[in-house]
Amino acid sequence: MSAEPATPELREVGGPSALGGGRSRFFELLWLMSVTEFKKTFFGTALGYLWSLVRPLMLFAVLLLVFTQVFKLGSTVPHYPVLLLFNIVLFGLFQEATGGAVSSVLAQEGIVRKTQFPRLVIPLAVVLTALFTLGLNMIVVFGFLLGFGVGPMWTWLLFPLILLPLLIFICALAMLLSALNVRFRDVTIIWVVIATALNYGTPILYPLEIVPPAMSHALMVNPLAPIFQQAHVWMIDSHAEGVYAAAGGPLPLIAAGLIYVTVCVLGVWVFNREAPRIAEQL
Amino acid sequence: MSAPVAIEVSGVEKTFRIPTHRVDSLKERLTTFNQQDFRELHALRSVSFEVQRGEFFGIVGRNGSGKSTLLKILASIYAADSGRVRMAGRLAPFIELGVGFNPELTARENVELNGVMMGLTRRDARSRLGAVLEFAELEEFVDLKIKNYSSGMLVRLAFSVVVQSDAEILLIDEVLAVGDASFQQKCADVFYEIRESERTVVFVTHDMSAVEQYCHRAMLLHDGELKSIGDPGEVARSYLRLNFEQAPGGSDADMGGMADITLADVWLEDGAGKRITNVEKDTEVRFGALLEAQRTVEGPSFGFIFTNEDGVEVTGFGLGLPKGLPDRLEAGQRVRVGGKIENRLAPGRYVVKCWIHREHNYANLVLHSPHVLDFVVFGGESAGVVTLDHAITASVEGP
Repeated sequence: MSAEPATPELREVGGPSALGGGRSRFFELLWLMSVTEFKKTFFGTALGYLWSLVRPLMLFAVLLLVFTQVFKLGSTVPHYPVLLLFNIVLFGLFQEATGGAVSSVLAQEGIVRKTQFPRLVIPLAVVLTALFTLGLNMIVVFGFLLGFGVGPMWTWLLFPLILLPLLIFICALAMLLSALNVRFRDVTIIWVVIATALNYGTPILYPLEIVPPAMSHALMVNPLAPIFQQAHVWMIDSHAEGVYAAAGGPLPLIAAGLIYVTVCVLGVWVFNREAPRIAEQL
Repeated sequence: MSAPVAIEVSGVEKTFRIPTHRVDSLKERLTTFNQQDFRELHALRSVSFEVQRGEFFGIVGRNGSGKSTLLKILASIYAADSGRVRMAGRLAPFIELGVGFNPELTARENVELNGVMMGLTRRDARSRLGAVLEFAELEEFVDLKIKNYSSGMLVRLAFSVVVQSDAEILLIDEVLAVGDASFQQKCADVFYEIRESERTVVFVTHDMSAVEQYCHRAMLLHDGELKSIGDPGEVARSYLRLNFEQAPGGSDADMGGMADITLADVWLEDGAGKRITNVEKDTEVRFGALLEAQRTVEGPSFGFIFTNEDGVEVTGFGLGLPKGLPDRLEAGQRVRVGGKIENRLAPGRYVVKCWIHREHNYANLVLHSPHVLDFVVFGGESAGVVTLDHAITASVEGP
């Protein structure tokens, strides 16, 4: 029996919370959970990484066929194939992270009900895992970019400025959705519909240039649209229509900013409010 | 006692609001306008107690008494409605063994994950792997995914993770009956070791012999209230008494209403005629019961069977009314059953069941109650179901 250096002090037990249990434990857990989840998908099966690439690449192949052969978009938009691939992969991050996060807290029921576990780790680990996948997929995307004769452009270095606001938005949504889904189980289904709507409401399959101006202005109210449009300019084609021009004025962008901030505030507020009660509602 | 306080619970209350109709979809929420009806369940009513550092502290109570809720509040899984919980030292944040395990991961990865959940850094968690596996005797299976483990192996690993952590406060919920006999022995050794160490343990169980074996102090919860606290033997006795008080109600329910003959009382006495709820091995025991006829019953016979915790019927006796009296009971008549029984019972927990027939016919049940009394036989080692007198001696032969 080792001699205790000092008697620990009595400290108030705060009850369950989003962050509970110390900062370093939070980050260690977040990292470990994401890494193990990532390993499971990529190294668990013989063709792990390949399989995860097959999905976006197949989708890419099908869409490319449809949009260049059926809708004849390929000829009017410079570098359309790589733009399409880039957008699919980037939106893949959004879809995988939010879609996975919605049911994440429910899926980890055992941990939530039987251990003291910082609740926030659960949805954020899903986001981080999706981010790892994006990192791997981006290697392929940049390969394609170079292969199709785009760049290297110095604006590629600005990619983090695209990713950061997107990630913050995703995290806020992950918090909002995972907390709401504990209370209302149909959030999962509703979110599938909304995510699909966002997929078409964001310039992913089509560039904004071919959309009628009134429509393009309206689309910019969607907070994802300016992010993807800016990515188009910085990553693929510096002559593509700028965000401000596509919005046709400040109003749609202000609206998008307001929605963005509201979702972020709502996400943090709802999750913090629900965190102490999650275990009881499962 | 002068030991510092490790856990201080003061005035903790917890009420669950159980909706009579649960709204769990957004659709329903948006289409229902009337206010919801709730039934309130007071899981804990102003519970206050202290646990000192190094204490092995038992919490006992029937199902639904609030034990688990209390444990979850201690573990920061539930938030208390009011009151305050303070703790000194690091808490192992599990209330059930193996909950943090991911079946898709190997033992190595799970031990690391569990260590981090307990507040270790990843490096520390990894450095403990050897000790954990050695204790669990699972070194050969370190890289096996634990979904391929047997349940016994899983429990060994889980128990080992908790024991090998350096958490100062452990919350343990019913873990004794795990693994094979040799691992159980090891667990018992560890419990004794922890009992003597600086670690503080809060131990929730139904097993009164475990409470008396390991706990320094214990408390009894009933309907969310603290009924008694202090000596584990006393607490175990009040728990068993509480169980009995509610048993006759249960037995009537078994028969679908009031039986024609009811069991008014049943008890054990020591040699001096004092009622006891626990029996020391090899001491004199007397059994007593009081039956009451609610209606006229022809040819009644009744019996009591003692069953041990493995469900083995160890002994029993069947009786009828004394010879020379009319073989019938009139409404309001009582039958007093009692006498000495030879106490050969091995240490352990026993349950007494009762049956009553009419017309001396087994098919004609008046009452069958599987649990009218339970008690613990304590003291000494247990070998087998009963201990028999013997005249076995040993002698040495040879040059």
